[in-house]
Amino acid sequence: MTAEPLDLLRTMLLIRRFEERCAELYSGGQIRGFLHLYVGEEAVAAGVCAELTEDDSVVSTYREHGHALARGVPLESLMAEMFGKVTGCSRGRGGSMHLFDRSRRFVGGNAVVGGGLPLALGLALGDRMQGTPAVTACFFGDGAMAEGEFHEVLNLAVLWRLPLLLCCENNLYAMGTSIAKEHGSTELALRAASYGATAWPVDGMDAVAVNRAAARAVDEVRGGAGPVFLELRTYRFRAHSMYDPDRYRAKDEIADWRDRDPIELLAARLRADGSLTDADLAEIDAEVVARVTAAVEAAAAGEEEPVEELTRFVYSDTSTAARSVR
Amino acid sequence: MTAKARSKATSSAKGPLVETTYRDALREALREALREDDRVFLMGEDVGSYGGCFAVSLGLLEEFGPERVRDTPLSESAFVGAGIGAAIQGMRPIVEVMTVNFSMLALDQIVNNAAALLHMSGGQYPVPLVIRMTTGAGRQLAAQHSHSLEGWYAHVPGIRIVAPATLEDARGMLATALSDPDPVLLFEHGSLYTMKGTLRADAGAVDLDRAAVRRPGTDVTLIAYGGMLARTLEAAEALDAEGMSAEVVDLRTLRPLDDATIVGSVRNTHRAVVVDEGWRSGSLSAEIVARIQEQAFYDLDAPVERVCSAEVPMPYAHQLEAAALPQVASIVAAALRTKG
Ligand SMILES: Cc1ncc(C[n+]2csc(CCOP(=O)(O)OP(=O)(O)O)c2C)c(N)n1
Ligand SMILES: [Mg+2]
Repeated sequence: MTAEPLDLLRTMLLIRRFEERCAELYSGGQIRGFLHLYVGEEAVAAGVCAELTEDDSVVSTYREHGHALARGVPLESLMAEMFGKVTGCSRGRGGSMHLFDRSRRFVGGNAVVGGGLPLALGLALGDRMQGTPAVTACFFGDGAMAEGEFHEVLNLAVLWRLPLLLCCENNLYAMGTSIAKEHGSTELALRAASYGATAWPVDGMDAVAVNRAAARAVDEVRGGAGPVFLELRTYRFRAHSMYDPDRYRAKDEIADWRDRDPIELLAARLRADGSLTDADLAEIDAEVVARVTAAVEAAAAGEEEPVEELTRFVYSDTSTAARSVR
Repeated sequence: MTAKARSKATSSAKGPLVETTYRDALREALREALREDDRVFLMGEDVGSYGGCFAVSLGLLEEFGPERVRDTPLSESAFVGAGIGAAIQGMRPIVEVMTVNFSMLALDQIVNNAAALLHMSGGQYPVPLVIRMTTGAGRQLAAQHSHSLEGWYAHVPGIRIVAPATLEDARGMLATALSDPDPVLLFEHGSLYTMKGTLRADAGAVDLDRAAVRRPGTDVTLIAYGGMLARTLEAAEALDAEGMSAEVVDLRTLRPLDDATIVGSVRNTHRAVVVDEGWRSGSLSAEIVARIQEQAFYDLDAPVERVCSAEVPMPYAHQLEAAALPQVASIVAAALRTKG
């Protein structure tokens, strides 16, 4: 099954407007910590997550607002988390890099590069051992592929034929290090294939292409074929994080990629085939912006966790060990 | 009945005494766990066909099959992380890491995921995982197979650290660890696997909260755990001959520490010696000394002594290794020093 292009467009717009607002709020000091924006890469999250069912699990990175939104984690709880409020999806303990939502099987942003991969492997193993047909999708960057954990996980996932969808977001940079400086061989899908996984590269700026690839990949994985690796070729339009002066990329390079803005690309295609008018787009956009604005207001009004609760959730409330920290 | 309901500070099992070893007691605990709960599985390097690198899981593959006694490749980070994920997904994994030295390759998963997920997720993702590993020296395995790094793990909030030093605990700690909602790291001292003794046939789950007084005494408290317990008890016997009555406390759980038992004993004896196979600097032994002085400073008649491993990577040669480790004589000497 593939998604309606219009839904993909809506998801991408939601991510874009959410993050643009986050950047503003960051400058205003309401959001702190590290903030890694996904602007430019929205087609990946939108296209992949549209193919997942509610029983599937998602593991992400520190650049995970897009994945969380596309997965259906409520906008309000995400924004509240950015504000560090108790109403946030991680009760203010995670922030931008650690968004969790158990009810959506969104098992976190992970701020250790590569660190989500073994966890995702285990989610897939758990599903397999319990005989559920669920799939685990794990997002990670091109930089993570240089970590030993990637090698360990792909080898094991193939060996055990686990239902794992590996989504490598190749945005050509790991912070300021370009892919040619990180990898001896920059053909990432080829490398994954050498482990015995089905793997192919996808135009990560084209939401429909991503979605089609994801549909096929999820089918294979769910069918028991073992892990599939998608190399999603994409680009982040903004710096690595809000701290990054972005000195390592040529202005022309950024401009060239911006010409392939995934939102513009899909909107243009829909306009061309007559399924979207400028008025429709403006309406979707206004709707999304209104939702983001409401979420910001709710987040600002949200309660803070009292500091008396500082040491809660170090151990489970039901554990005798909880007393040792409280 | 749940393991929790059955657990008790020291086993009140009444069955006949049977001869066993530490290794067999651990295996019996694993077998029982695999038998009683379908969600439990054992995973690690050579746990299956090989029978476990210390033969703890010998025979379990034949009994439970390769799905539940699961050999893994040499991928410590991946399979420890897989245990975390599987636990979140509803399983009750027991992950075996061959030795604590190799667990350094999985440190990311243990510290950044297992210990942190519950808190980082605002309470949404408890990780009911048990990780077993071998620790300790005494077998001339030199500097990459002999260290006692459990104290490092005891530094980390979010995980429980236990160290069975007796047959009863080798038999009983696993069940309780599996019923814990959070990650438990279980440290088996390599020199204990062949320890022989008797155990009640119906021995079962034990608590993981309390330290145990293994020998009552009045003049000094000797605090030890894991591989150091036996020689600390020996030192206590030797001290009797010197006219000093030593009480021996077995920590059992290194995090959270049972301050009440430790401090309670020191309040009675007014003197204490901490025996720890880990290094002295920045250590668990330092933590225990700090807690004693925080909570019982005015009860002390002498500075608290420590007997730790020499601050060297563990050497191979037998005389060097022996010299690096706490020995009965050094424990006795430390206890006598507290008499002034
Ligand atoms: C283990 C580890 N090393 C280093 C870092 C610092 N760091 C954060 S993001 C990053 C780059 C990762 O690049 P990539 O995997 O391509 O993801 P992207 O940021 O491009 O989405 C680095 C080096 C980290 N968080 N974790
Ligand atoms: Mg990258």
